Amino acid sequence: MPYKKAGKEFKIVDATLILMMVAPLLVAILCKVLFIPQSEGIEITGAHVYFTLNMPVSTLPISESQVNSAAVLISIFFLCLFITHGIRAKVYTKRAVIAEWAVEKVEGLVNENMGTYFAGFAPFIGAILLLSAFSSLISLVGLFAPTSDLNVVAGWAILVFMLITYYKLKCGPWYYVKGFMEPIPLMLPMNILGEVATPVSMTLRHYGNILSGTVISVLLAAALQAASNAIFGNLPGILQNFPLFRIGIPAVLSIYFDLFSGCLQAFIFAMLTMLYVSTAFPMEEYMKRKQIKEKAN
Amino acid sequence: MEIAIGIMLCGCALGAGIAMIAGIGPGIGEGNAVAKACEAIGRQPESKSAVTSTLIMGCALAETTGLYALVIALLLILLAPGRFVDILVAAVK
Repeated sequence: MPYKKAGKEFKIVDATLILMMVAPLLVAILCKVLFIPQSEGIEITGAHVYFTLNMPVSTLPISESQVNSAAVLISIFFLCLFITHGIRAKVYTKRAVIAEWAVEKVEGLVNENMGTYFAGFAPFIGAILLLSAFSSLISLVGLFAPTSDLNVVAGWAILVFMLITYYKLKCGPWYYVKGFMEPIPLMLPMNILGEVATPVSMTLRHYGNILSGTVISVLLAAALQAASNAIFGNLPGILQNFPLFRIGIPAVLSIYFDLFSGCLQAFIFAMLTMLYVSTAFPMEEYMKRKQIKEKAN
Repeated sequence: MEIAIGIMLCGCALGAGIAMIAGIGPGIGEGNAVAKACEAIGRQPESKSAVTSTLIMGCALAETTGLYALVIALLLILLAPGRFVDILVAAVK
């Protein structure tokens, strides 16, 4: 196997890519330190607004979740560049193996759940998976997770809803309208409600899971602080405020709420996207119409 | 005025508590799902991985109704009191 030692330029580019991967997170942490005032005690808050921009129609508040999700986006971009850096047709580096494994997994997932017609969806699904997972995992660095903001997840769900509608409209608008009148025209309001419920339920599922993890972690931290205050409250000096119980115990919950739940919700969001889009597309009708059109030509 | 605000806060807290009754549903549902999954694995141990992934997926879907209740309860506790008190004060003025 032809293994060449990495040159100096290669290493410099590598180091730059790693730096660019970490830099957005550092910028986000810096923003948090600079803009958010130090709070007394433990409190549950939504995303803080850093500053507002004056736009023509209305003011545009730039909040914590926007900054953090932008940081995640840039970070993932450079992670992809780093993993595919110096890739060759013949795989002989570790990161090329990782990249190939990830791409193959996502393509396999898409082929398994959506069929070969939707094979082009693999990059989109992979992007959703990575973005959602990393947005939830960013809370491990102490930042506000963008997925625990309703607006961010609602944006993704609306994007998926647009995709669903696009594939439902593939057989013409009349077929789309007729789909709402099944099995009987009386079911029209129920079907419209069910259509609207799709993005709402997707949003609330993802957002509720991440938010509940955050809230429970904060409540537990507060309870442990109160417990250590009650026990060590009579000690003299600095020992009085020493949060002994807050060391380590919340980390056990964090394994479930931050690591497991975050990754699981990302997987479920991607899975539901695949299922909804592939079931929305009337494959048989579309193929029938295509054949008729080809015969006419 | 104080009594009105007190009743309002009491209503918010009670509403949040009542909303969380919805937690019963997902609890029973997920319990059923896990029980069936255990049976399936007991019958066919070689299908463990497939059953487990389907189970996790199904549990996450079944959780949704509970999460709706949670979101409503959080809104009632964190957001609603301030809003309602503001509305009440504005109405009295």
